[in-house]
Amino acid sequence: MESFIKHTLEKYEHQATQLLMILRDIQAQYFHIPRQAIDLLVAELNIPKTQILGVIEFYSFLSSEPRGRYDIYISDSITDQMLGSHAMADYLCEKLNTPLGTVRVDGLVSIAYTSCTGLCEQGPAVLVNGYPIGQMTKARIDEIAALIEQQIPVTEWKAELLQVNDNIYKKDLLLSGHIRPGAALWATIEGSKEKILEEIKLSGLRGRGGAGFSTGMKWQFCCEAQETERYVVCNADEGEPGTFKDRILLNSYAHDLLEGMAVAGFIIGAKKGFIYLRGEYLHLYQPLVDIIAERKRDKFLGEHILGFYWEFNVEVRLGLGAYICGEESALIESLEGKMGVPRNRPPFPVTSGYLNKPTIVNNVETFVAAAHIALNGGEWFKQHGTEKSAGTKILSISGDCARPGIYEYPFGTTVRQILADCGAEDVLGIQVGGPSGTFISNQEFDRKIAFEDLATGGSFIIFNNSRDIFAVVQNFTHFFAHESCGFCTPCRVGTSLMKNQFDKICTGHGSSGDVRELQEIAKLIKATSHCGLGQTAAQPILTTLERYPELYNAKLKQISFEPGFDLDGSLAIARLLSGRDDSNAHLAQVEEE
Amino acid sequence: MTHSKHITIDGQTVPFEDGQTIMDAATHAGVYIPHLCHHPDFTPHGSCKLCTVDVNGRQVSSCTFPAADGQQIGNNTDELNAERKRLTQMLFVEGNHFCPSCEKSGNCQLQAVGYHLNMLDNHYPHFFALREVDASHPDVLIDHNRCIFCALCVRASHAEDKDVFGIVGRGINKHLAINSESGKLCDSELSVDDRAAHICPTGAILVKGTAFKVPIGQRKFDHHDIDEVSLGEEHGK
Repeated sequence: MESFIKHTLEKYEHQATQLLMILRDIQAQYFHIPRQAIDLLVAELNIPKTQILGVIEFYSFLSSEPRGRYDIYISDSITDQMLGSHAMADYLCEKLNTPLGTVRVDGLVSIAYTSCTGLCEQGPAVLVNGYPIGQMTKARIDEIAALIEQQIPVTEWKAELLQVNDNIYKKDLLLSGHIRPGAALWATIEGSKEKILEEIKLSGLRGRGGAGFSTGMKWQFCCEAQETERYVVCNADEGEPGTFKDRILLNSYAHDLLEGMAVAGFIIGAKKGFIYLRGEYLHLYQPLVDIIAERKRDKFLGEHILGFYWEFNVEVRLGLGAYICGEESALIESLEGKMGVPRNRPPFPVTSGYLNKPTIVNNVETFVAAAHIALNGGEWFKQHGTEKSAGTKILSISGDCARPGIYEYPFGTTVRQILADCGAEDVLGIQVGGPSGTFISNQEFDRKIAFEDLATGGSFIIFNNSRDIFAVVQNFTHFFAHESCGFCTPCRVGTSLMKNQFDKICTGHGSSGDVRELQEIAKLIKATSHCGLGQTAAQPILTTLERYPELYNAKLKQISFEPGFDLDGSLAIARLLSGRDDSNAHLAQVEEE
Repeated sequence: MTHSKHITIDGQTVPFEDGQTIMDAATHAGVYIPHLCHHPDFTPHGSCKLCTVDVNGRQVSSCTFPAADGQQIGNNTDELNAERKRLTQMLFVEGNHFCPSCEKSGNCQLQAVGYHLNMLDNHYPHFFALREVDASHPDVLIDHNRCIFCALCVRASHAEDKDVFGIVGRGINKHLAINSESGKLCDSELSVDDRAAHICPTGAILVKGTAFKVPIGQRKFDHHDIDEVSLGEEHGK
C-alpha cells in the first residue's frame, strides 16, 4: 500500500488541494479508504487527520468501510423513479444476490441509491465503478450481472452499454454550430480587455446556473480586486436533479467552453482555470483532459496562446458526490481539498476565492455563451431573449413527454410552446429549475422561461396526471435532507425534521395542525439558512402547498390527535418475541368512539 | 466622542467602525443579540443562526454580516425571537440534552438561551441520536450527546496551533472528531490548560473534577439572564 500511496502523491505533486483526487484514486484501488492510507496522508500532506476524515465522510463516493469491487449506485432522481428505477433496483439486487445498501459477502458487489446522476432523459440509470449506464432494462441487468460475475473490468465492457447519448432536439444560438477553434481567442486578443468586458456587459449575459447574476459585473469586480493572482473556475458540478445540459456541453461543445474560459482568463488576468466536474460525469473526465492537451498543442491553451505572451491553463478536478458543491463557495472549498461547506459572504469569491485569491466561478453554459459573445459581440447576443434575460437558455427536459432531451430556446419562450415541442400531453405540472425551483400547475402554461418569470438552471421535469404530487415532493424533500452539508442549524436539523414531518402526513399519520407545522418549519429553513441549499430546500413543499392545499389537508385524519407513528406496527417485534398474535396483542390506532 | 457612521437596531442608534460586524457594533453598544457559536475572540462562524437579525427586510447572521451605514436592523422582535426559539429547540432535539442531570446546568449557554427565549418545551420530535462519551483523557471529558457543532473548540484549538478538534461528516450525521491516531481524546495533544477545553457553550466538553464545585442554584445563569452575563463578559466585567 505504501508504494501505491507514494505513487499517487507524486502524481498529484503532494498538494493538499488535490485531496479529493488522491482519495478518489485510493478508493478506486482499495474500494475504501484504509486507515493506514489516512495515516500516510496525514504525514505526507501535513494536514490534520480530521480534514481527511471530514472529506471521507462528507462525499458520497468515498467510504471508510470496504465497498464491492463492483460498486453500483442507482440514480434515485424522481425522473429515474418515473422510468421504473425501483422495480429495476429490486431486479438488480435479486440478480446479483445483494440486498440494497449492502456489500455482498464475497466482496464482489455493493449496491446503493445515490442522488440524480444526470441521465434523466435516458434513465433509469446506474453508476458502476463511477461509469454511467442508462436505459436500464431487465435484459441490460442480465448482461451486466453476467459481466460482473465473470469479473470483467468495466472499462472493457462493450461500448454500447456505456454509451451516453446527447439527445439534442432543438438548437439555437449556442448549439447550432461550433466556434472555429481559436476564433474567439483571436477576436479577444485583437481587442483589449476593457473592450471585451464591455461586450460581455453589453450582451446582458447572466449566470446560467440559475441565480442569474450579471456575468460582466462579476468579471469586472474580479478585475478590480487588489490581488493579481486570480483564478477562473468552471462550475460543472451539475447536481440539480433533472439537469443534464452541461453533460452535453462538456461532451460535444468542450472546445467552445475552453475558449470561453480562456477569454475570461484574458479579461480578469488569470493564468489558471479549473473545471470542477461532478463525480457522476467521470466518463467525461478523460475526454476533457485529452481536449485540453490537444488545445495546448495547438496553442489555444498553455503558456503562449496564439503565439502571444498569453498564458492560461485549465485543470479538470472531479467531485465525489455532493450536491452542495454546486454552490460556488462550497465548490471552492472542495477545490482546496476540503469538505464542501459554503463560506460566509462577504467576502465574495471575486475578491477572495480559491486560496483566498480573486476568483470567478461560472456555469459551463455561461462560458460557452461568453465565447460566442467575444466572437460575435454583445449586441448580437442581446437581440435574442427578453429585455431582462438576454440570449438563450438550454433546457434539460425529462419526465412525461415523447421526446425528452436538450432544447435551446430564446428566453421568453412559453411553457406551452416547450410542452408542444417535446410532446407532453395530459400534463399535471412541471418542476422548473429542479427541486430548488418552482412547481407550476397546468394553469400556468403561459408563463415564460426568463429570470423575471420562471428562472431555471436548465431543469424542466414534466409530470402527467397519472403522477402523485406527494411522491414527487417526498423525493425532493428527502434529497435535500440527504444533501444538506450540516453547517447551519436550520438546514442540518430542519431539513430532517421537515422530511419526517412530510412523511408523517404522507403516510396518513398527520392530524389537524400538522400541515401548519410543516409550513412553519419550511418557512424557518427558508428564512434562516446559510446558503442557497437551505434557502430553497423547502421550495417543493411551499410551492405545492400554495397550489394544492386541499390535497395536503385531504391527507390528514379528521381527528384531534393522531400519533406520529404506526402504534400497532410498533408492537410487531413484541408479538414476535412473545409468540402472541391474539386480539389483546394488538392496539387500535385511535380509541373507539 | 463622535462617530460618523451608525446603524439603527430596534430604533436605537448604534455607532460602528469600518470592519465591524453587526454583532461587534451591537455588543460594543450594550445591545444583546442571542448567539451560541459566536465568541468575540475567534473568527465568526455563522452556523447556529441564533444571531439572525433583519437588515433592511432581509435576514442575515449578525456575527458575520458587516455593519454598513444606515442599516435599519430588527433584533429584539417577536418574529425573530420566535424563530430563535425554534432554532434552539432544533438543537435540543438533535442531540440528547437532559438538563436536570447535566453537570453544566446553570452554566450552560444553550440552556440559558432557552431560558432567555422563554423556551418551555422541545416542540419538535426527538432524534434520539446514538452518541458516545469519550472519557479517555485524564482531565477532560467529551459527551457527544451535547455537542451543537458550534466549532468553538475547533477554532480555539486551531488558534493554539494544536488542531485537536474537527467537525466532520455531512448533514444530520455531522460530528465532532478528534485529531489523534486512535480518535480518542487521550491520544491527542489536548491539555487541560488549553482554552479549547474551556470554551464549550454546552456540556459537551467538560473539565473533570470540577462538575459540582459550585452547587446548582448558585451558578451563573441561575440568577442572571444570558443577555446580562454575555454583555458583561464581553465588556470585560
